[in-house]
Amino acid sequence: MRFELIRRDRASLEMALMAPVLALLAAGLVSWALFAAMGVPAGRALWTIAATPFSTWYDFSEVLVKTAPLLLIAQGLAIGFRARVFNIGAEGQLLIGAICASAIPVLLPSAGSPLLWVAMMALGMVGGAAWAAIAAFWRTRLNANEILVTLMLSLIAAQILTYLLLGPWKDPMGMNFPQTRMFQPGALLPGLLPGTRVNLSLLFGVAATIAAYVFMQRSVTGFRLIVTGTAPRAAGYAGVSAARGVWLSLLISGAAAGLAGAAEVAGPLGQLQRSISQGYGFAAIIVAYLGGLHPVGIAVSSLVMSAIYIGGDNAMVFADLPQSAVLVVQGLLLTFYLIAATFVRYRIAWTGTARA
Amino acid sequence: MTPGATSGPASGQPEAGHPEPPRQGSQPEPGCDVPLLRLRGVSKSYGAVQANRGVDLTVMPGSIHAILGENGAGKSTLMKMIYGVEAPDAGQIEWNGAPVALTSPSEAGRLGIGMVFQHFSLFDTLTVLENVALVVPGSPRRLAARIATLGRDYGLQVDATEYVGALSVGERQRVEILRCLMQDPRLLILDEPTAVLPPQMVTRLFSTLRVLRDRGVSILFISHKLDEIRELCDAATVLRDGQVTGHADPRDTDTRSLTRMMIGRDLPPALPAEPGGAEGAVQLQLSQLDWTNPDPYAPDLRGIDLKLRGHEIVGIAGISGNGQSELCALISGETRLPTRAAGAIALRGQSVGAMGAAGRRALGLAYVPEERLGHGAVPEMTLWQNALLTAQSRGLTRRGMVDRRAALRFAQDCIAGFDVRTAGPEAEAGSLSGGNLQKFVVGREIMLAPSVLLVEQPTWGVDVAAAAEIRRRLIEMRNAGCAILVISEELDELFEICDRLHVLHDGRLSPSLVTARTTPEEVGEWMIGAGRPDAAPAGKGGGTGPARPGSSGTNADRPDTARPDSARPAPSHPDRSDPAAEGPGAGAASEGSDHAV
Amino acid sequence: MSPLEFILAGTLAAATPLMLAALGELVVERSGVLNLGVEGMMALGAAVAFIVAYQTGGHGLAFVAGAGAGMAAALVFAVPVLGFRANQVAAGLALGILAGGLSAMVGRPYESLTIRSLPKLDIPVLSDLPYVGGVLTQDIAVWATLAMAVAMAWVFRSTRLGWRIRAVGENPHAARAIGTPVLRLRLACIAFGGALAGMGGAYAATVYTPLWADGMIAGRGWIAVALVVFGTWRTGRVALGAILFGALSIGELVVQATGVRIPSQALAALPYVATIIVLAVISSNRMLTRRHSVASLGEPFDP
Repeated sequence: MRFELIRRDRASLEMALMAPVLALLAAGLVSWALFAAMGVPAGRALWTIAATPFSTWYDFSEVLVKTAPLLLIAQGLAIGFRARVFNIGAEGQLLIGAICASAIPVLLPSAGSPLLWVAMMALGMVGGAAWAAIAAFWRTRLNANEILVTLMLSLIAAQILTYLLLGPWKDPMGMNFPQTRMFQPGALLPGLLPGTRVNLSLLFGVAATIAAYVFMQRSVTGFRLIVTGTAPRAAGYAGVSAARGVWLSLLISGAAAGLAGAAEVAGPLGQLQRSISQGYGFAAIIVAYLGGLHPVGIAVSSLVMSAIYIGGDNAMVFADLPQSAVLVVQGLLLTFYLIAATFVRYRIAWTGTARA
Repeated sequence: MTPGATSGPASGQPEAGHPEPPRQGSQPEPGCDVPLLRLRGVSKSYGAVQANRGVDLTVMPGSIHAILGENGAGKSTLMKMIYGVEAPDAGQIEWNGAPVALTSPSEAGRLGIGMVFQHFSLFDTLTVLENVALVVPGSPRRLAARIATLGRDYGLQVDATEYVGALSVGERQRVEILRCLMQDPRLLILDEPTAVLPPQMVTRLFSTLRVLRDRGVSILFISHKLDEIRELCDAATVLRDGQVTGHADPRDTDTRSLTRMMIGRDLPPALPAEPGGAEGAVQLQLSQLDWTNPDPYAPDLRGIDLKLRGHEIVGIAGISGNGQSELCALISGETRLPTRAAGAIALRGQSVGAMGAAGRRALGLAYVPEERLGHGAVPEMTLWQNALLTAQSRGLTRRGMVDRRAALRFAQDCIAGFDVRTAGPEAEAGSLSGGNLQKFVVGREIMLAPSVLLVEQPTWGVDVAAAAEIRRRLIEMRNAGCAILVISEELDELFEICDRLHVLHDGRLSPSLVTARTTPEEVGEWMIGAGRPDAAPAGKGGGTGPARPGSSGTNADRPDTARPDSARPAPSHPDRSDPAAEGPGAGAASEGSDHAV
Repeated sequence: MSPLEFILAGTLAAATPLMLAALGELVVERSGVLNLGVEGMMALGAAVAFIVAYQTGGHGLAFVAGAGAGMAAALVFAVPVLGFRANQVAAGLALGILAGGLSAMVGRPYESLTIRSLPKLDIPVLSDLPYVGGVLTQDIAVWATLAMAVAMAWVFRSTRLGWRIRAVGENPHAARAIGTPVLRLRLACIAFGGALAGMGGAYAATVYTPLWADGMIAGRGWIAVALVVFGTWRTGRVALGAILFGALSIGELVVQATGVRIPSQALAALPYVATIIVLAVISSNRMLTRRHSVASLGEPFDP
């Protein structure tokens, strides 16, 4: 059984739309087999993941809560990925953004302004962007691979967070838990839908989607970034600065991740804790690819990924599925998406045995 | 001659008596009426593109057989099938009268088919010996000994311990040929072997090929240069649009009928090369331009002086790899000089050495690079997006946003004005044929109405008609006052359109030669560095050289190759033992070892 | 035992998981493929090896199982990358996430259990020498890893197999034209790289710290990827880099033991900081990286 991939004359829109669907089906099928092999009640687990996030209003509102950070981060990352700048350290930029934002309520516990959260969001963005800027400097001035640098930076960020939570920022009344005090009301994001935890950060995500659409699909700068990613020599030929593309990509994605981190501590959590991110920084990479690196596609795929998180949480309760199972589903999803996405540009031709 | 042999899809059509029997010079073996290689009705298509259609080809033992056709006629695909890189969709290949299935290059090698690729399949970071050992079995020591003996026998001397990255193009070709010969081939395929050689070296290559022929090796010689074919070959098969349009004996067929078979009509008349009348102002000036190459295998540029005026076309000849791409990147701004050296490049009177490509474009520079896909155009993007690539200043953007309608209009104008065959401005650049994309890129740059136009290999991979059209446009531009710098490997082309010529060799530029008063031979001398007073190969300094043995040289030809040795006697040693007898060839290659001594 | 002797004695063992994984990644990258999933392959190898060692008590079997797990994971990466020309960066990340998740799943029942380590081999006389005696007293896997590094350097320098891998990494199209089965060779390299990463994980979980805990690989897979860059794609330098990072992690323990008041998080972050700094030092020398880097690295092969 041999096959050949034949390049299409132009990208196939049908395949671009079908690829994520096929990937979801294939990932579901293989996860089912894997879980069953490990003795987990696979059918029930997968059904819980697929159905429960949309079964009640509460579950769905929780999906929206998790969609916000995924959407924000993925929109930022996708811009870089299209320019072939691989920021895989959004996790670290998120943590630094959360830490910077938390500095205000932690260091000024008596500040009473009701708009404290505005400054926190700004600080979070600056912090995330600054953390990513280290990688940009390393890449543009020192020629160092941004994949490794951003990843190392996120491992360092995790240590900084642990240090703060076990040391100077630990809540003195917190029974020795590694977390800060609860923030004052002015440091919390306003809610969006009464009775749920959905807050303003979802609007940040929507705004980021619109901004990303205009920037990448309409603006000259976005066009140049895409050229840098698709054909670097053509970019140099057209006079597009590669260094500028690296800086832009990393600053935008860093700021988006930082904002997501700030919105997590000022939103659903209300304090800085060790588990502010459930791997959002890495999940957002998958969200970006699954959405075809297109702002509209990402809006959909972030909902899907968030539903997998919520469904996974539910499956943990109802089907005794370990939390790490969500990672397995995510990894399979990206793997199958990458296979399916090949058919956007190629079609398959079966060539039995090539002996003629 | 009978042109128009079978061209339809009818494959098994019996066809007899076409091939010319081998003439004098080749010592026919007994039983030479059995063709060595015979193709019947071979077809191959890639997607919608039919690269070969019902091709018939017969190669006799001891013959130098030309495959003639212009760019895109399907020559390369045909050779790939004979060498087992591609499998035919239909048709039959016979070897020594028996049908064979050539499923891989190693299968072809076992039968005795060797191939010298146009873009060599050699590896820079391996030594000559290691490159040979990738294909030829046997212990490294024995291989080194065979490289030395075969090199002496056929005039293909190379240092087996040298890294290939440090060899000149001519030496690399010798390594490729040697590597094939070590497998004792019965048939040697050479794909456009003279494209990379200066005229003097062509003579040397031909001597080697004749020696091989005399020893019973058949040669398939792919080319689109009629003179060479008439000089070397004893049979020819002509291809056009993937079909055979004729078989001929090039020695007694005139150039005109060969041309008609090749392009289907007469060659367009050469352009009236009246020199640019008006003496324009200096538009581009390079003064003592020095540049150290970060690539250890590529040459540095040293002391380059050049003046380009309006109303003239200046050509830069030379074999690629002698600093052409580096020079283009420096002129276009894709590579920038440090600020202190910025004065080495002046564009319309302004020092631009440290300026980026966008700034130089704003000053009136346009550039057509050699590589279309991925450099001059983005294959995954549509034509209107590719218009946007360099034509942004022509009103294709508004307040930082892309003006899609304006870009569409620009692309449409370019398609219409330059006869680009495509579905329209929404087609992806990658879906266009090489020639059509080249017309689009050239058209786009011309539509920018530049004062200085830099063009690299303007007609590379383009068919004859389109090439003539591109040359006509360039001359039109010159007559309108544009200053044009053309960098090309095709000497004929440079002589046709240029007012003056320079030659780039090993990162140094020759003085200006007025086209009307120089000859290809003089240019050829400069191409191998012999015209320079200090003709010794000037390698890179030890400081920048890589930490590899013997890599101090760059692409400089070795002293022995630098000799313009057209008068050198053919290194034939008819009394010597057959090369096949040098080594056992570890069994696999023994099949082809029965040729005449 | 003085701190210096302690560092000397512990360095090689600490370096072994890094060296195994980095050598594996080196082979993969030399063939022109970038596999960023090393961290995941190590984790899966560690979990599977620990389970086998715990159940059977045999280290040999554990290493084989770890290698098998790493190789199986690598094949999950090979399918999209070789079969479907997928983006290698994304496929590597997918593998990392998948294999990391799987390791946590299969290892869950064994969380925080411990087993016996491998014995150190006492070499008569040599092991009793001052200072170097500790260095020379190592377990069998350490010696085997060093031997592997030497063998690999020899393969790349002097064998047809090594030349063939280098040729495919430099120019896969030319390699195909002379009849090298590019995809099959790359597949073999990816599988080999996965097996070594899995063995690196196996050493970490059954010998170096003989226990299983989720996340115990702690960035070592990523450091291994970085080591290939430090070593500018040359076997000897990659192995040396692994030893330096081994020394660094032992130094960390020594500093902690001396009771100097440095937050433990700062020490834990030390290897990551060092990676970033060394990356800058090596990469900013563009001549060095360009001369030795693999020309087709990360590009899908489109025949």
